[in-house]
Amino acid sequence: MTLDKPVIDTAAVVHQRLTGRRVQWRELAFETALLLMLLLSVGVLVVLLADVIAASLPVFRTRAGDFITGQLSSSATTAGVGSSIIGSLALTAIVAVLAFPVGIGTAIYLEEYAGDTRLARLVRTNIRNLAGVPSIVYGILGFAIFVRFVDAVGLGGATNGRNVLTGGLTLTALVLPIIIITASEALRAVPDSIREAGYGVGATRWEVVRSHVLPAAAPGVLTGTVLTLARAFGETAPLLLVGAVTGFFTLGSSATLLDRFTDAYGALPVTVFAWSRQPGDDFRALAAAAIVVLLVVLLTANAAAIILRNRYERKW
Amino acid sequence: MTRPGEPMIHRSDLRGDPKRVRRERRVRALFVISAALSIVISLLIVGSLVGEAWNFISTVDLGALFDLGWFPRRGLFDLRTIIVATLLISAIAMLIATPLGLGAAIYLSEYAQPKARRLLKPILEILAGIPSVVLGYFALTWISPNLVQPVFDTQVFNMLAAGIGVGVLVTPLVASVSEDALRAVPQELRAASYGLGAKRSETVRKVVLPAGVSGVVASLILGVSRAIGETMVVAMAAGATGGGLFTANPLDPGITMTAAMASLAIGSDQVAGAGNAFQSLFFVGLLLFVITLLLNTASERFVRRVQERY
Repeated sequence: MTLDKPVIDTAAVVHQRLTGRRVQWRELAFETALLLMLLLSVGVLVVLLADVIAASLPVFRTRAGDFITGQLSSSATTAGVGSSIIGSLALTAIVAVLAFPVGIGTAIYLEEYAGDTRLARLVRTNIRNLAGVPSIVYGILGFAIFVRFVDAVGLGGATNGRNVLTGGLTLTALVLPIIIITASEALRAVPDSIREAGYGVGATRWEVVRSHVLPAAAPGVLTGTVLTLARAFGETAPLLLVGAVTGFFTLGSSATLLDRFTDAYGALPVTVFAWSRQPGDDFRALAAAAIVVLLVVLLTANAAAIILRNRYERKW
Repeated sequence: MTRPGEPMIHRSDLRGDPKRVRRERRVRALFVISAALSIVISLLIVGSLVGEAWNFISTVDLGALFDLGWFPRRGLFDLRTIIVATLLISAIAMLIATPLGLGAAIYLSEYAQPKARRLLKPILEILAGIPSVVLGYFALTWISPNLVQPVFDTQVFNMLAAGIGVGVLVTPLVASVSEDALRAVPQELRAASYGLGAKRSETVRKVVLPAGVSGVVASLILGVSRAIGETMVVAMAAGATGGGLFTANPLDPGITMTAAMASLAIGSDQVAGAGNAFQSLFFVGLLLFVITLLLNTASERFVRRVQERY
């Protein structure tokens, strides 16, 4: 009898115990279920896009250019989103002009100046709470305060203050907390060694912020701002309360710039809402086409933000 | 500056250029003002809500607050109608968003290969950026006829379709907040669990989820808050924008608090109606404001618990 082979092949036993011949069905089922949940969440986006694009095809196939430049109209064959796009761009521009400086200013105050003072704590809590207020409540703020304010300062125009300026102010209040939060995060990501280097050569606080912290935080701040402006571009509910028209309006070619800012206005998402409510397939197709335009704008903005971030973001 | 033969540094030397000091003060004042603006906005919101809401409550016939249905232009303000519809739609939304959002979060945080994560996470982010008006259209034109109507015999406008739509809207929020919470669970805990011979699913269920439970709960509360405050999906897909009778059946059309506010504004392009109808807008707004504020504060408490522990 030879003992050149061990009775038990230990290595094989360990290997088998570790890898196991039987499939661990419960493990597999658990992972598959989780994956299914994820794919369902993501699949919704695919179905949504397919549904919207399919429904919009008749419009884009027959009159794409006419639809993009056209005005709102009660006839489905001539209605277009031109005036709504301009309205939305004007709203977004107002938001950018107002919310960007105030938002960054607040973020700089909170991150660079305030420390842990009472005012800073109050502002921080307040901003977090504001960020959670439903958007339609901002609509109430808009039409109870901003409409009267705009009318009182003489910019009410023919609409008594229910114009694009009011809409812009309302959206500014809505997105301000979000801009502040994202800008704060970007500022916080700048390491303290940068600031200390600035102070070390005798710079004042503002000089450090202006020439060192802000340039370093700029990619993050800009990305956050672009995403937030995209959010403002797609916002509907508060505009319903501050007079974005869901009906049909045209501005004559003789309208001055002031007229355009103080007269009735439309916005792309509001137009989507109005057309979806119309009975009949014609307007449904128009709504779908308007959604496609809306999503193209938003996805472009999102892509730009992501490229901006990837290109300029620095890891410290 | 110090001169030769005079080595002492005086305090005046350290004070700096008065021009720079003045500029520093001006800049700081600007920042304080912009920070104070956000508080002004809060005060304006509360101020604009409370005054008119009080006018509403003090002038309305209290019997009209619990009667038949919500028909503000006819003086019927049944709060049960809009509150029950709001809760019903939020509950349906969370029934959708909880499994989808949590499942997606657990998969992304515990199972996904880095490559898959890099592909799937941005898609979820895009979904999160889709405007609610688009999901309203989707709920009305796809979810209702393709998911709800084949199963239940009901009309196009119903609360179930709206609830599913809101659920889709809330899913990315739940997924992203709870994924953050799960990823914040230290790797040592997982390693210890594996070291004891636990399988992956056991590690997830018995170690990672309990450790990240505060963040997960926070994401769900945030989801509920978002669902309650959502306007467009509900206004477009739940129907009954003109007002509705009291119903607790999700297959009926219904009107939520947000939709009730929106419907006072649309149709006429003018917030109008007999005195009370106009003021009811503020009352419902205040109710909504208080509910979401409480939920968000609760959610924040839970998030802070995670941050403190690790």
